Amino acid sequence: MVLRLLHRAMVFVLSVLAASVLVFAFMRVLPGDPARVALGINASDASVAALREQFGLDRPVVVQYLDWMRGMLTLDPGIEFISKAAIGPQIADRLQVTLILVTTSMILAVLVAVPVGIWMAVRHRHVDGVVMSAASQVGVAIPAFLAGIVLISVFAVRLRWVPSGGWAVPAQDPVGFLQRLVLPSIALAGVQAAVLARYVRSAVLDVLREDYLRTARAKGLRPVQALWRHGLRNAAVPVVTVLGLQLATLLVGAVVIERVFVIPGLGSLLLDSVAQREILTVQTVVMVLVVATLLITFLVDALYLLIDPRLRTGSR
Amino acid sequence: MSGAGDRTVLAVEGLDVGTGHTPLLRDVTFSIARGERVGLIGESGSGKSLTALAVMGLLGEGLHARGDVRLSGRTPATRNLLEVGEREMARLRGDAVTMVFQEPMTALNPTMRVGAQVTEVMRIHGTRDTAGARARAVELLDQVGLPDPAHLARSYPHELSGGQRQRVVLAIALANDPALLICDEPTTALDVTVQATVLDLVVRGVQERDAAMLFITHDLAVVATVCERVLVMYGGRIVEAGPVGEVFADPRHRYTQGLIGASDLAGERGRRQRAALPTIQGTVPPAGRFPDGCVFRSRCAHATDECATLPGWTPRREGDGPGQGSAPGEVGRAAGYACFHPAGGAA
Amino acid sequence: MSEVQGAAADAVTDSGQVPAGGSRGRHLNPSLVVGGAIVAVVVGLALLSYVWTPYQPMRVLPVEPYQTPNAEHWLGTDRLRRDVLTQILVGARTTLFVGVVAVGVAALVGVPLGILAAMSPGWPGQLVMRANDVLLAFPALLLAIMFAALYGGSTRVAMIAIGIATIPAFARITRSGALGVMRTEYVVAARSAGRSPLGIAVRHVVPNVAGLVIVQASVSFAIAILAEAALAYLGLGTPTGQASWGRMLYEAQTTLRSAPHLALIPGAAIALSVLGFNLFGDGLRDWLDPRLEDR
Repeated sequence: MVLRLLHRAMVFVLSVLAASVLVFAFMRVLPGDPARVALGINASDASVAALREQFGLDRPVVVQYLDWMRGMLTLDPGIEFISKAAIGPQIADRLQVTLILVTTSMILAVLVAVPVGIWMAVRHRHVDGVVMSAASQVGVAIPAFLAGIVLISVFAVRLRWVPSGGWAVPAQDPVGFLQRLVLPSIALAGVQAAVLARYVRSAVLDVLREDYLRTARAKGLRPVQALWRHGLRNAAVPVVTVLGLQLATLLVGAVVIERVFVIPGLGSLLLDSVAQREILTVQTVVMVLVVATLLITFLVDALYLLIDPRLRTGSR
Repeated sequence: MSGAGDRTVLAVEGLDVGTGHTPLLRDVTFSIARGERVGLIGESGSGKSLTALAVMGLLGEGLHARGDVRLSGRTPATRNLLEVGEREMARLRGDAVTMVFQEPMTALNPTMRVGAQVTEVMRIHGTRDTAGARARAVELLDQVGLPDPAHLARSYPHELSGGQRQRVVLAIALANDPALLICDEPTTALDVTVQATVLDLVVRGVQERDAAMLFITHDLAVVATVCERVLVMYGGRIVEAGPVGEVFADPRHRYTQGLIGASDLAGERGRRQRAALPTIQGTVPPAGRFPDGCVFRSRCAHATDECATLPGWTPRREGDGPGQGSAPGEVGRAAGYACFHPAGGAA
Repeated sequence: MSEVQGAAADAVTDSGQVPAGGSRGRHLNPSLVVGGAIVAVVVGLALLSYVWTPYQPMRVLPVEPYQTPNAEHWLGTDRLRRDVLTQILVGARTTLFVGVVAVGVAALVGVPLGILAAMSPGWPGQLVMRANDVLLAFPALLLAIMFAALYGGSTRVAMIAIGIATIPAFARITRSGALGVMRTEYVVAARSAGRSPLGIAVRHVVPNVAGLVIVQASVSFAIAILAEAALAYLGLGTPTGQASWGRMLYEAQTTLRSAPHLALIPGAAIALSVLGFNLFGDGLRDWLDPRLEDR
């Protein structure tokens, strides 16, 4: 099991390295001259040269890459090309906001999706199960930002229950914080819950067909007990994978939702940097999101080992 | 129904199972007495497993059972199991009536330790406290011939071989000393070398508990070694029943005759028959496509117009009363056949 | 007893009995029919827009802005006095165009990679799948944002980004399908008969994974539509002046209170198309493999 974990950890580190090369190549090598991209076509040659000089963009690509990597590892990726603001602290602030949003959404989605998915599976031949299943299909099709817009138009614009956007620091303004968290979390969680519920349904349906569930019934467990004691843990294995993938999707989905609700998160930072052509910031934020995604994949793999004993002893 | 002193454990009478429009089992009637081992044979598709599941109350959604199924375990049978609720049925399952399934590789929960799976069946029915159940589980694993049972109880199913897993399933089935054990092809999926040992364990386990056993198989040789009485099933009906020795030596129903002729069991006479009738002609029709009257007539070489009507039950011997193990309700169904043109016997 | 319907299914199959209704061959399922119908409608609307639209596309009309649906303008008019129905029709084109190109790119690259990974068990296969895993960490939206930072937002950038991000999905599904095919006896026979790997790939593997790929295409199409809409909404996709459902949503956001229909109509169009392609994919999968029903 330890060997297996080590192996997964190695894959994770290698993937991060590969991803960083990819990001660097895309952002810094492919466009030719990042200084030109940053300053725009109309910039004077002198200012482009100055920028190049200041950020060492005229050094060999490999040196620049290593420099960037060192910055990332020391949690100090440097300052922005144009505004000269430090990137590290910005990312730290924004990441906090995004993580709160994503975590809340994920919890909401799981709380809704797991019971609903189980219900849909158990009742899949009954009217209610079929209706819920159809409803979840519709839910999957609604983009999060559309849900956000609709929520704003109903609860913020029409009913005026909550503000239509913005953010508040939880410690300073807990009520305002919660008011501003509610709609974006629901918008972000809604689609994910629909997707997740469908996966839970399919996983539970698979488990319901398993022989060991029949054995459990033959032991004297009632259907619900059998599913509870013997089914859910086994159904959890495929669901955990999806959860991991979804967490990654949520991170990116948050980019859009932050724009809809004007939330100062990582996504807003990314989009603002794109608008202002802060290449180094874009590159670094993208890398943070990618590392987070890969980290989630790694953790999911590790979690597998805990859930499924068959994997644990696989390479003992 | 079952009076005091009656040794009947399971009495099935007029059991019909079907989906909304397709009958799958029709008028299945048999009984099993305490300590009696009854085989249920027939080709795939004859309805053997369905019979077992109907008795267990484990028929799936969309399948409906009608008829009368009574089980006297520790208490006399007073209620038709087809009419009791799920809660009450669950109380019997795993306790008074238990089952060993065909596929040991998938019958155990892959994420639960083996010992816990044995312990669980005792905890569900409250037969032992946690510590007692744990100790008993190790004992049971030992009884079914598993090496180092204390250590093995802590392993997961995937660490065990098929034969070992089937022993675990058997330990679960025997844990609460059932009145009736149903085995559905328990050795079919096992290596030939392991089969005999597992069969031996099954028989010993049942004998020690004086339990009744319903043993489903398509392997006639297994029935011959394990069972005392045999039920032959085809097209969702029991077409012949009787003591194993008699039925196998002198089959009456043409289907039974064909089955035996096609098996390794066929003796000198069988082999001669086989020359004439190597296998049963044709294949088992899909459910709902069995002919009216005698279900076997579409494949029977002896079928006549008469067979278009349903043949009645003929006792094997003239004047056969309710034989051993037969409830009063099912006169003479312990040994007999349903065929207009029977083979062998007095003819 | 609904929970253990599996027992019944097993009992029925154990005994080889199939309930009436007979052979469970391929039959049209509701998902396939409804999904197919929605997809047909979207495609129909896009095609229609080439020959007929109520008004000239993107044309600013001499009428009141913010009209709600009426006889003149069936779906109303927007802030810039443009006909909404016309924009929806032309927007269907953009949506499908992006979907076709993105899925096309992904399939053209992903399928051969998947087959390669399945057929070469050594390092080339390993490398492809590892690279695939890394690429999987770049969702379509993130890739598109990266590209937009460099090249500015446009429909073309969106398509390519979505396409690249979708490659792993195709490579994965193709590989798993191809691995199954490689284990079949006829392929083993063909290999031992000395048939070239390319011959085996073309003759055996491709036809057998085609179904999987088509199903994946339908599902990926839905994802591409969502991604395009999100990009256009962020102002990184289809630029102003071109019809796109996501763009319409973006422009409608400032007038949510006064004219919510301007957001709801393109929103519904997006959701409906995504639903259509998702259902179509699901239905297709069941149709191609009836055993997987109920999933």
